[in-house]
Amino acid sequence: MTFLPYVVAVWLFLAGLYGIVTSRNLVHQVVCLSVVQTSTYVVLLAVGYRTNATAPVFAGIALTRPAVDPIVQALSLTDVVVGATVSALLLAIVVQVHKRTGSLDPEDLRDVNQRIPQ
Amino acid sequence: MTLRTRRFVFLVMAPILGAVLLWAFAGLPRFGHYRGPYGDILNAVSVPERHVTDVVTAVNFDYRGFDTLGEEFIFFAAVIGVVLILREQSDERLGHIEDFASGRAVPPTSDAVRVLGLGLVPLTVLFGIDVVVHGQLTPGGGFQGGVVLATAVLLIYLAGEYDDLHGLYQEATLERAEAFGAAAYVALGLLGLGLDGAFMKNVLPLGHTGSVWSAGAIPLINIAVAVEIGAGLVMLLTNFLHQTIVVRPDGRRSPLERVLRQGRPT
Repeated sequence: MTFLPYVVAVWLFLAGLYGIVTSRNLVHQVVCLSVVQTSTYVVLLAVGYRTNATAPVFAGIALTRPAVDPIVQALSLTDVVVGATVSALLLAIVVQVHKRTGSLDPEDLRDVNQRIPQ
Repeated sequence: MTLRTRRFVFLVMAPILGAVLLWAFAGLPRFGHYRGPYGDILNAVSVPERHVTDVVTAVNFDYRGFDTLGEEFIFFAAVIGVVLILREQSDERLGHIEDFASGRAVPPTSDAVRVLGLGLVPLTVLFGIDVVVHGQLTPGGGFQGGVVLATAVLLIYLAGEYDDLHGLYQEATLERAEAFGAAAYVALGLLGLGLDGAFMKNVLPLGHTGSVWSAGAIPLINIAVAVEIGAGLVMLLTNFLHQTIVVRPDGRRSPLERVLRQGRPT
C-alpha cells in the first residue's frame, strides 16, 4: 500500500494522455488534459504525507502534533489555479475553432483550408 | 497520423512511459514516510513567527509570497487572453439577447430555480467573505474565496436573465476591480520594501494568534487576491456566456476566411 498513490498518479497521467491521443472532440480533449494534471496533485500530496499526521492547521491543537508537509499543499493550490487558467484559455480557443470551422473534431482540423462553412 | 496509428503508438509507448515514471517514484520516500525537513521547519516556526494557524496560507502568502504574486499574474494574463480570444470578430454582430442551445429549445427558467438561486446568493456571498478573511486561521483564503464570490454573481444569471446580470455592473468596473486586486498585492509587497528594505517583508503588526486581525499583511493580501480572482472569474465566465447569448455571425466573411478560401497571398 505504501506505493499505491504513485501508481494512481501514473494511471491518471496515462489515462488522460490516452484521452488526448484518441479524442474526437476538442472539449473532451481539454478535459483529458485536466485529468493528466490531476496526477500532479496526487504526486504532490503523496510526497508530503505522513502516516497518522494531521493537517498543517494548528487551530486548537498542540504545535508539537505531527503534521503533513504544508509546502506541497501550497504548491497544489498553485497547480489548481494554473490548471483552471489553462482550461479557460483552451476552451476559449475551442469556441473560436468551432465558429470558424463548424467542427470540434481534431481530425477535421488537419488542414485549415477544409470545412470553412459556405 | 491517423487515429489508428496514433492509438497504436500510444499503446506501445505508454507502458514504457509508465514504467519509467514508476521507476522514478520508487526513488522517493515511501508513502506516509515524509522525511522533511522543510515542511517540519515551517510547521514549527510559522505559528510563533507569523501568528497564523493555517501554515499552508503562511507558505503561500508569506514564505512563498513572491511566487504567489507570479501565480496571481498568471491568472491575470489568462483572463486578458480569454477576453482577447473571445472578442467580437469582424464578421460578428451583437444580436438580440437570447439563451441558445444547439439542437433543442431552451426551457424558461423555472420558479424553483429562481427561488433557490436568489436565496443562495446572499449565503454564497457570506460564505465567500468568510473563506477569504479566515485564510490565515483555517483552510481557505483569497483564491478559494474569490471563486466562491464569483459563483454568487453567476447564481444571479442562473436565477434570472442575462440582462439582470449585465445590469448589475459595467465591464469597466470588473476590469478595474481585477487590476486593483493585482496592484494591491504588489503595493503590499512594496510596503515591506519601503519600510524594511525587503520586498514582501511583513511590516504590519502580527496581532493575536487565532484572531481574524492577525498574521500581519496576510489577510490584506488575501482580500486583494479575492478581489482579483473574483472579478477575473466573473469576467471569464461572462465572456463565455456572451459568446452563446449575444454574439451572432453577421453572414459576412471575415478577412481571415477570405484568405483561407483564396489561399495565402504570395
